[in-house]
Amino acid sequence: MLALVAACGGDDGDGTTELNVLAATSLTDAFGAIEQAFETANPGVNVTMSFGGSSTLATQIQNGAPADVFASADEKNMDLITDLLFGDSSVFTTNELQIMVAPGNPRDIRSLADLTRTDVIVITAQPGVPIRTYTDDVLANAGVVANFRSFEANVGGIVTKITGGAADAGIVYRTDVIAAGSKAQGVRIPLDQNLVAQYPIGVLAASTNRRAADAFVAFVNGPGQSLLASYGFGDG
Amino acid sequence: MIDTNRRARRLRERPPAGVVALALLAIVFFALPFLGLLWKVPWSDVGRVLGKSEVRTALWLSIRTSVASALLAGFFGIPLAWLLARTNFPGRNFVRALCTMSMVLPPVVGGVALFFSFGRRGLFGQYLDQWFSFQLTFTVWGVIVAQTFVAMPFLVLTVEAAIRQADARYEDAARTLGATRSYVFRRITLPAIRPALLAGFVLAWARALGEFGATITFAGNFPGTTQTISIATFLALETDQRDALVLSVVMIATSFAVLLGLRDRWMGRTDGVGY
Repeated sequence: MLALVAACGGDDGDGTTELNVLAATSLTDAFGAIEQAFETANPGVNVTMSFGGSSTLATQIQNGAPADVFASADEKNMDLITDLLFGDSSVFTTNELQIMVAPGNPRDIRSLADLTRTDVIVITAQPGVPIRTYTDDVLANAGVVANFRSFEANVGGIVTKITGGAADAGIVYRTDVIAAGSKAQGVRIPLDQNLVAQYPIGVLAASTNRRAADAFVAFVNGPGQSLLASYGFGDG
Repeated sequence: MIDTNRRARRLRERPPAGVVALALLAIVFFALPFLGLLWKVPWSDVGRVLGKSEVRTALWLSIRTSVASALLAGFFGIPLAWLLARTNFPGRNFVRALCTMSMVLPPVVGGVALFFSFGRRGLFGQYLDQWFSFQLTFTVWGVIVAQTFVAMPFLVLTVEAAIRQADARYEDAARTLGATRSYVFRRITLPAIRPALLAGFVLAWARALGEFGATITFAGNFPGTTQTISIATFLALETDQRDALVLSVVMIATSFAVLLGLRDRWMGRTDGVGY
């Protein structure tokens, strides 16, 4: 029983603090790097990352998932759990939206308007997932009604289907395009049509390690910023 | 006569208390989750949710694709089961393991494997695209392929076990009387295992109905073409939990009715022995 409590968080007896961080899928690579840097700087803390669609993670938190920190890819899903937060959440980074296409852009997709073409397989994520909300907003801004063929579970599903060659295009984050390397390329969306994805982070009221959780958030807002930038987050 | 009496006496004896206690715990373990779910279901919403056009679309797609998958599983799976049961070829165990692996694999892994082999840029799927400008992903055919891939082993194992148990001497007798091999297969082998055939079809159908991971990974998710009721249920968990709970109850009721009916058929055919 004691071991169970320790495993769920708190002091392990040997001085190690367990910290559970739930983070949006698009943060996978960047937060992986931040985890390592944070653990190196704080030898007494062992961070466990869990990545998923922000809406999935928000549902998990509502259902009592043992988590200390939540980093969402949009404000909407953070707002869903706002009464479960300790204090307020704050935006720690931003992301740009791009159209992901196959390497070499064989379908010659140049603008949002090309997403209405019937010879182009366009996919997005299911409603509720941040990338879908952003996609809907961007398309509405541009007055474009895209011809979607699939609603994937999260942004990872969009990326997999495009890099795997099943789909031709989909709106994803710039960081996804960078992470895909040679397996995909991005088509920029003009500034007047684009919007900036805001990523909020917050400490959960149920956290049993508030000091470590606060330290992690401070780290993300401090030394973590250059790591985030190296993965394409922020204004860079 | 004496044997029968002894057996009757043994049946009347009390079973060991420890065994009964553990068995009861097992029953409780299976019953509690359903009670927990039924307790949460917004019963007043059932009509509203089932009246939604997207729910009806998903249900109808699930019915069509799961029946198609069960039929395909039978069309190819019965011959495969016969091959595994009645012939002895080198590597038979290897073949059986290969053909039933999708049963124990995480369905998402099966979906990824299908994607990289039959997807538009897959090892084989690229030729579908080049020759016929056709791809399985994002189509109802992709759903059927994914469901068949996951469901067929249930039919194969059920039917193979039945063919093994069926008395091969009837087949031999028919052969010595001049029946052809295919005649024996159709008129002797298949009728002898009819209950298992039915069970195999139903199990494969039920598995196809519940399939989720391989389908969304390989075929995608779009209302009317690839969004099955299982996918709709999973995705509704995040957007509208009340809808998800109602859909869960529909799935549970269907599965339970199927398994109840299946058991009765088995009991009727095998005098309670079963297998």
